[in-house]
Amino acid sequence: MAITREEVLHIARLARLALTEDEVSLFTEQLGKILDYMAKLNELDVADVEPTAHAIEMTNVLREDVVTNGDQREEILSNAPDRSGDCFRVPRILED
Amino acid sequence: MEYEAVIGLEVHAQLKTESKIFCGCSTRFGESPNRNTCPVCTGMPGVLPVLNRRVVDFAIKAALATNCTIQRRNVFARKNYYYPDLPKGYQISQYELPIATGGYVEIVVGGERKRIGITRIHMEEDAGKLVHEGEFEKAHHSLVDFNRAAVPLLEIVSEPDIRSPEEGGAYLRMLRDILVYLDICDGNMEEGSFRCDANVSVRPKGAKEFGTKTELKNMNSFRNVERALEYEIQRQIQVLREGGTVVQETRLFDANTGRTVSMRTKEEAHDYRYFPDPDLVPLEIDDEWVERVRKTLPELPLEKIDRFQKEYSLPLYDCQILCSSKNLADFFEEAVKLHPNPKGISNWIMAEVLRELNREKVDISETKLKPAHVASIVKLIDEGTISGKIGKSVFEEVYRTGESPEKIVEERGLVQVSDEAALEEIARKVLENHPKEVESYKKGKTGVIGFFVGQVMKETKGKANPKLVNEILRRLLSS
Repeated sequence: MAITREEVLHIARLARLALTEDEVSLFTEQLGKILDYMAKLNELDVADVEPTAHAIEMTNVLREDVVTNGDQREEILSNAPDRSGDCFRVPRILED
Repeated sequence: MEYEAVIGLEVHAQLKTESKIFCGCSTRFGESPNRNTCPVCTGMPGVLPVLNRRVVDFAIKAALATNCTIQRRNVFARKNYYYPDLPKGYQISQYELPIATGGYVEIVVGGERKRIGITRIHMEEDAGKLVHEGEFEKAHHSLVDFNRAAVPLLEIVSEPDIRSPEEGGAYLRMLRDILVYLDICDGNMEEGSFRCDANVSVRPKGAKEFGTKTELKNMNSFRNVERALEYEIQRQIQVLREGGTVVQETRLFDANTGRTVSMRTKEEAHDYRYFPDPDLVPLEIDDEWVERVRKTLPELPLEKIDRFQKEYSLPLYDCQILCSSKNLADFFEEAVKLHPNPKGISNWIMAEVLRELNREKVDISETKLKPAHVASIVKLIDEGTISGKIGKSVFEEVYRTGESPEKIVEERGLVQVSDEAALEEIARKVLENHPKEVESYKKGKTGVIGFFVGQVMKETKGKANPKLVNEILRRLLSS
C-alpha cells in the first residue's frame, strides 16, 4: 500500500479530524489506491520539465496599492457560527 | 571550557502599504475589530487574491538595501496549518523561490565593523489576532479580529553569524533603521510592526559544528531581545557545564523575571506541506523594475554615519546617535547649515533635545522644535550673548512654546552681562561678604572659586558671562 496507517493518522491530526477506527482503515485503503493510480505518472521521464503549478502561462497579475473596500463587517460576521460584539468567537485552542 | 554563542535572528516586518497584500482592505492600525475585512482576507470560498504591486516594490527596496540577490522568478506558496487566527487554513508565503537571498547587513560593535549575513527575505501575509475571552485561565473561548490578517510582511532571516547579545541588538537596530530609512516599515517593536524571534545555541569556542539550538519568542523590545539572549546563552552554558544536554524547543521570554521558559508543547515535527498557490500566478521581476526601485533608494544609515564622520568631523558615537533616526539626522543637518558649529549642535541635540524626546516618547517631527531654534541657541551661546545655563532654560521654553530663542532672550532680558566693570563691582561685593572663603582660597583651597562664581551668577540671575566672572575673580583674589 502506498500509504501507512500512521501517515493517515498524522494527516488527520494536521487537519484536526477525529477519525474512528473504521474510517482510518477505509481512508488508508482509499488514499492508497489514489496514490497508486497517481504513481503511474512516475513512468514518465520529466527530468527536463519545469514543475507546473499553473495551467496558464501568465505572470505578474498585480493591483495598485489602493483601498477599495469599505466596511463589510456585518456581512462578513453574518457568516460566523458564533460572534461576540465585533469579533468572531471560537473555542479556545489549548496547546497540548 | 570556554563557550561561544551562535545566534540567528528572524524578523517579521510589517510593510507600510495602504492596502493589504492580496485585497483592497485598509491596513490601518487601531480600527475597531474586523472593520478591515472582506471575503478575500477572511478566506471565503471562490475568491481570488491579487498581489499588491507596492509590496513587491518594498521587498525589492529591502533586498537592495541589504545587498541581496533578487530572484527573477517568484512563486507564492501555501503554508498549511490550522489555527483560528488564520482564516484560510493556510498562510500565503514564499518557500522555494523567495524574492531575495544571500545578502548582508553591516553593523558597528565596539567601534568594529562586522557583516551579518542575510539568508533570505520573503513576502507573506500576517495572521489575525486572538484575544482570550475573560480571565485567561478560565477562558473557554477566544475572540478573533482579522484586521491584521493579510497585512503584508517581510520575513528577513539572518545567517547564524551573531556571536553575542550585543551584536544581536546592533543587528536588529541597524535592520530596523534601514527599513525605517527606506520608509517601508514603522519599526515599532512594542506595537508589533517589527518582531523578532531568535535561534540560539552555544558551542565550545573554536568548534566547527553547531550545538543544539532553542528558539526564543515573545521579545517585544530591543532591550528584551538582548536580555533574552543573555539569559539563554548563560542557561545553555550552565546546562552543558553540569553535564546535561540542551533540549531543542521553543522558549518564551518573560520580561518580568528576565528568564526564558520552555513552552512545554508537544513538538510535533512542523509539517506545513508547502505547495505553490494555484490562485496566484508567478511573479517575474525584470532588470527594469529593479533599476526603477534602485533609483528611489535613500542614503542608508551606515552611509550617513560615514558621511557625518567625514563631513562634520564628529565622533562615531555622535554620528550613530544622530543617524539612528532619519528625521533627527535631517534636523541636525538643517541646523548646521544655519550655524556651522557641528559639534556644538550635536552636543545640544544629544543632551537637551533627546532628553525631551525620550521623556515624551515622541519623534522630533512631532514637536514644535525647529532646526533654526537649536541653531539660534547654540549661536547665541557661541557669540557670548547668553550663557550655557541660560541657554538651557531658553531651550525649555522654546521646546514648550515653539517661540524663537531670540525673542525669548529679549523679552525676558536674558542677555548675558559681559560688562566687565559691572561684573567686577558685583564680584568685589561677593568677596567682601565672604571673608572666610576668601581666607581659605588664599591658603590654597582654590576650589572655592566655584562658590564665588555661583554667588555672582546668583546676583546676576544667571546672566553673567561665566568665563569673564572667573577671570575677574581670579584677578581680584590674587591681588
